[in-house]
Amino acid sequence: MKYFFNKNGPLISTYLIIAISFWFVFLIIIPQLYMFDLSFRPNIPSLLRGGPDDVYTLIHYKHFLFGSQTSGESYNYVDVGVFFNTLLIAILITLINLCFCYPIAFYIAKVASPNTARLLIVSLIIPFWINELLRSFALRILFAGEGFINNALLKLGLIDNGINFIAMDVALYTGLNYAYILLMIFPLYNAMETLDKNQLEAAEDLGSSMLKTHFRIVIPHAKAGIASGCTMVFMLTAGALATPVVLSSPNTFWFTQLIYQWFNMNDNWPRGAAYSVVLLSVSVVFVLLMMRIFKVKIGEIVR
Amino acid sequence: MSADVELQNVSVSFGNFYAAKNVSVKIEKGEFFSFLGPSGCGKTTLLRAISGFSEPSDGQILIGNQDMAGIGPNKRPTSLIFQNLALFPLMSVADNIAFSLEVRGTGKVQRRKRADELLELVALSGQGDKKVHELSGGQRQRVAIARALAIEPEVLLLDEPLSALDLKLRQKMRTELREIQKRVGITFIYITHDQGEALTMSDRIAVMNQGELEQIGSCHNVYESPRTPFVATFVGENNAFYGTVSAVDGDMVNVLADGHNFLAKAGDLGEGKKYTFKKDDKVIMFVRPESIFLKDQNNQADNIFTAGFKAIEFEGNLKNIYMSIDGKQNVRCSVSNAVDTTDLSNSKNVELKFSSRDAVVLPVGPLAVD
Ligand SMILES: Nc1ncnc2c1ncn2[C@@H]1O[C@H](COP(=O)(O)OP(=O)(O)OP(=O)(O)O)[C@@H](O)[C@H]1O
Ligand SMILES: [Mg+2]
Repeated sequence: MKYFFNKNGPLISTYLIIAISFWFVFLIIIPQLYMFDLSFRPNIPSLLRGGPDDVYTLIHYKHFLFGSQTSGESYNYVDVGVFFNTLLIAILITLINLCFCYPIAFYIAKVASPNTARLLIVSLIIPFWINELLRSFALRILFAGEGFINNALLKLGLIDNGINFIAMDVALYTGLNYAYILLMIFPLYNAMETLDKNQLEAAEDLGSSMLKTHFRIVIPHAKAGIASGCTMVFMLTAGALATPVVLSSPNTFWFTQLIYQWFNMNDNWPRGAAYSVVLLSVSVVFVLLMMRIFKVKIGEIVR
Repeated sequence: MSADVELQNVSVSFGNFYAAKNVSVKIEKGEFFSFLGPSGCGKTTLLRAISGFSEPSDGQILIGNQDMAGIGPNKRPTSLIFQNLALFPLMSVADNIAFSLEVRGTGKVQRRKRADELLELVALSGQGDKKVHELSGGQRQRVAIARALAIEPEVLLLDEPLSALDLKLRQKMRTELREIQKRVGITFIYITHDQGEALTMSDRIAVMNQGELEQIGSCHNVYESPRTPFVATFVGENNAFYGTVSAVDGDMVNVLADGHNFLAKAGDLGEGKKYTFKKDDKVIMFVRPESIFLKDQNNQADNIFTAGFKAIEFEGNLKNIYMSIDGKQNVRCSVSNAVDTTDLSNSKNVELKFSSRDAVVLPVGPLAVD
């Protein structure tokens, strides 16, 4: 602490401490604690808050599991189904994203000349100046029944009838994949960037194929970057709202859409809070489990 | 197995800059051959062309009489040791060494056996399970050698592998490299900017300057009969006396320099030929510091001259005496530390002598240090 003050001077140190504690306490801890607390409360009008009916209860969690606040006879297949579907697809999207971004990141980090690399990075970033909602709608137009892709395929005579990409959720998966692509590419790129090019050449000289070199040298070296990219993409995909709202087919639900409904349309904030808590805690546990399995430490991720 | 390597008019260009120009040399089987040259002269470029990481823009590279054009580094019978070694930091020492076997699908037990054999060859027995970062610089060096030898190359290419080590270790590794080369019997092509390294280890040396070969020869040949002023000044130390030819008698040349008339021998052109000079040619006469003696030192010498004393520098085993003729021409003379030089410091003028057999006359050209 004393060292910190000496190093940064009293003014900057005080600013840093106040800013960081404000960010941490007011923007993260307090709202999340409030949500956590809310999820154990009954849904009662604000007038009755703090009254005798305002007691801790598990009804919202029960509702998520069993579809009813009281009986535990049959499971809430709809909500639990949506939940696991969301997680599963988020995992798949993360994996596809990884496969898609790995070659790009490797190319930028180790193959391209510095100028080409800069150009590629800029052209990856610029599309993200357009906001997520707009990008999703653009994809919707692209994939629509009378959309660009269908029209092109029809004109080329490759298909006879338009394909319903929206109903098949192709549009949704494309959109989700694209939405967080930078959060995968940059950690991968950062990790690969530090790999000594001579190691790749040494491996080649020793007779290693491209694929073996990647599995034995590049991936182990970039492991922390891969973990960090996957974590971010998984968390954000599982928690995405705008893209699913715009692009999902009428019968596909993203778990965040349920949360949103409880909060907004059904005006049941405690239940929405409970659903959020479920999503957050299961996602976190899943990520920690994966990190355990692949032997990545939290400290390495933020390196 | 060991193979000879032949470069025929090899040039390597980056855009319109030639990093290697028209290099031709034949390296024999089992030879320890060094390319010696200053930083940036194109040594690494040339080595990468031999190993297959880059293709020459002109000329041919033959290894074991086979043209290597279009053959990738993994298909050539060569193995390259990188300037920074490029060991794999996340693998154990044994895994590093056996990496080439692993990617060829050799079983674990056999890999380990081979790694242990190679560890023994480079005097690192029992260190196979360590991580690379747990080794000292010299040990890493040896792991890199073992890893490169694991593919049983016919030619080992070494890119200044000792440059990161401290002086003592470097000297030890020189001897060791030479011994390993004798034991495995394959061709070593060694790159260095350190002439001491090249001279102590090599059978033959090629001196390079700005992408071109200046001279190829044995260590003695290169040191004693430099063919160009660059070689004369880059390999070892040399005094350069600029002058004009006043008389020629066979191989012996009289050079008028700094008001003295020196007698010296004409430089070698290789293949038994000598440079021929005529009167009034502009030349440089080279005399090595260790060939210049103080007058009272017992030695037969036919050139005697006087120079003004400037400074004396202690270098451990020997002393460097700096002098100048008329304050213009600098002269440096090295004597053994045992030589008494106490009165030298008090005297203004020093009488010096050298033998005409130790003085080489070459046409004027660029020096290594200007
Ligand atoms: N990829 C490249 N593109 C352009 N120029 C290059 C490239 N690689 C090397 N050069 C140039 O070629 C010349 C020779 O480089 P090289 O690396 O062969 O030198 P070197 O003799 O190995 O030097 P050092 O002793 O410092 O390693 C240098 O002038 C360098 O700038
Ligand atoms: Mg080099």
